Amino acid sequence: MNWGQIFSNTLESLLTPTTLAYALAALGLAMHFGFAGLLNFGIAGFMAVGAYGYAISVLTFGLPWWAGMLMGVAASIVFSLIMGIPTLRLRGDYLAIVTIAAAEILRLLFLTTAFEPVTGSADGLFGYNNAGGFNAANPFPPGSYGFGPWTYNAEKLWVVTFGLIILALCVFLLWSLMRSPWGRVIKGIREDEDAVRALGKNVFAYKMQALIIGGVFGALGGIVYAAFANVSPGVYVTSLTFFVWTALLLGGAATIFGPVVGSIIFWVLQAFLTNVLPELAVNGILPISGTQAATIKYILIGAGLMLLVIYRPQGIFGNKKELTFVK
Amino acid sequence: MSSNQTPEKATGLHIGTPAPGCKKTNPMLVIDHVKKSFGGLTAVDVEHLEIPTGAITALIGPNGAGKTTLFNLLTGFDSPDTGTWSFQGTSLSGVPSFKVAQMGQVRTFQLTKALSLLTVLENMKLGAKNQAGEGLLKSLIPSIWRKQDQEIEVKAMELLKRFKLDTKKDDFAASLSGGQRKLLEMARALMTDPVLVMLDEPMAGVNPALTQSLLDHVLDLKNQGMTVLFVEHDMHMVRHIADWVVVMAEGKVVAEGPPSTVMKEQAVIDAYLGAHQDTDLGVVTGRITIVDEGDK
Ligand SMILES: Nc1ncnc2c1ncn2[C@@H]1O[C@H](COP(=O)(O)OP(=O)(O)OP(=O)(O)O)[C@@H](O)[C@H]1O
Ligand SMILES: [Mg+2]
Repeated sequence: MNWGQIFSNTLESLLTPTTLAYALAALGLAMHFGFAGLLNFGIAGFMAVGAYGYAISVLTFGLPWWAGMLMGVAASIVFSLIMGIPTLRLRGDYLAIVTIAAAEILRLLFLTTAFEPVTGSADGLFGYNNAGGFNAANPFPPGSYGFGPWTYNAEKLWVVTFGLIILALCVFLLWSLMRSPWGRVIKGIREDEDAVRALGKNVFAYKMQALIIGGVFGALGGIVYAAFANVSPGVYVTSLTFFVWTALLLGGAATIFGPVVGSIIFWVLQAFLTNVLPELAVNGILPISGTQAATIKYILIGAGLMLLVIYRPQGIFGNKKELTFVK
Repeated sequence: MSSNQTPEKATGLHIGTPAPGCKKTNPMLVIDHVKKSFGGLTAVDVEHLEIPTGAITALIGPNGAGKTTLFNLLTGFDSPDTGTWSFQGTSLSGVPSFKVAQMGQVRTFQLTKALSLLTVLENMKLGAKNQAGEGLLKSLIPSIWRKQDQEIEVKAMELLKRFKLDTKKDDFAASLSGGQRKLLEMARALMTDPVLVMLDEPMAGVNPALTQSLLDHVLDLKNQGMTVLFVEHDMHMVRHIADWVVVMAEGKVVAEGPPSTVMKEQAVIDAYLGAHQDTDLGVVTGRITIVDEGDK
């Protein structure tokens, strides 16, 4: 077995555009669920809105890359408003149902051939990073950067740097919000919205603000992902939502750095299993075929999520008293 | 403190004889034809009721009389089928609950609502009104709200001391006992600088020693110029601190008056104190007309 290769591949996923995209999306869920108590099971939808918003703005409307990205963010705000206005007055579980359905509807709209000239249907969209000038805006001259598993070409280094800057800004924004009186109201709403209402706070407005902010984080996750890979409807499926949830719960839902660390751990584990399981199968240590080994990865992740929620619902960073599923 | 002697009662609250719906010299709340049904059950049906300003009014009545429902209607947590009501002359029909609270009419809940995973101090600070840092954009710049937040903290600590919760300030509200949560909820409501405090069974589950100090707190509210409306089943407490008593049964106001006289009225005894437990409540509220034995 080639352990050197396995570890190198595993360590590489510590810092990739994908890990950063997950961290942003998980940060959005932390705002929604961890702090405001909003059950959003459609984070993949927010990511799709961000990614498609960016790509379509560039390819169809000819906007420059930064304006396209802003359009992606704006689209996610509209998406939050459309979902929030009818559901935020209802009980929390309804938002969960609406978000999961909305994310699926959105994905199917992107997938259908009806809008193929704009959405690219099943092929998705590509070429927007060149067309919009994102690649041209790369400040790094061509070459090889970094060392060991973290060796990047100029293109990837630019996306990683860009993603890191966005992530740092979002982490700082969430931290600033949650230490303020605004954050106190949000946490109060998570506990009991009627009590907060009785103290004269406009609960609906606060919940809407939280939904929008978390949604913007999710959209930025989609944008960072799109800045590196193509935009394809096959990415924004419901299992993406649950992977992001896993990352969030790993780190701790009601924490600032939990979602970031959770995403890193999730991707490191994922990369490790992807590399090690087929090797084990090929070497006859696991009595299965190589293809089966790839599937087993998802079973292990699913089982891991269950164990996590049962035995450590507060995640790695959360304190046990602060967030337990069974209150 | 004037713990054991009877506190001074406010007088001259009403005009004319005390009867259900009688006028008050200076009403804070005026309720007209407020009706609320749940399916076939009429939970509240109040023709006319005025709550006097600057006094402690007790709302009593048997279980299911509609007291909590009336509280919910008055504070915008529920909307009535018909009727209007006003607070300090401003109509409150259709006003959402958070605006009612902003106007100075604050309530507590029968089933205590402590915000479990906030600390006791955070619970208190949440109560303060007009916080600059509660705005989304202003919250990002601490220099805008830090000073106000410190002032709020000082005020919160003073109140917590009065309610003997100051040593618990850094504990999660979830770790408080049931009685302590009642105290916290009341203290938190006071953080809003209310004009009218509506307490739904503030004494339920509070031990006798603490009851005494809670009574003092409620009396203290009146001395500070607030109006208090509270629901309570403990008749001793009602007699002791209430200036005015409103009795409800089956959704209707069946009697009102000063505690010394109203609690002697036959209707109240029938409806509430249970001297005639064989009499149907409907007789008191007029749902059932009394058929005199002699008519048969
Ligand atoms: N949401 C509701 N749905 C249906 N019926 C309700 C609802 N809320 C209250 N009721 C009914 O309305 C009536 C009045 O209830 P309410 O809670 O106001 O009584 P209460 O006077 O506060 O009693 P208690 O002293 O036990 O607290 C009861 O018969 C109750 O069953
Ligand atoms: Mg009640």
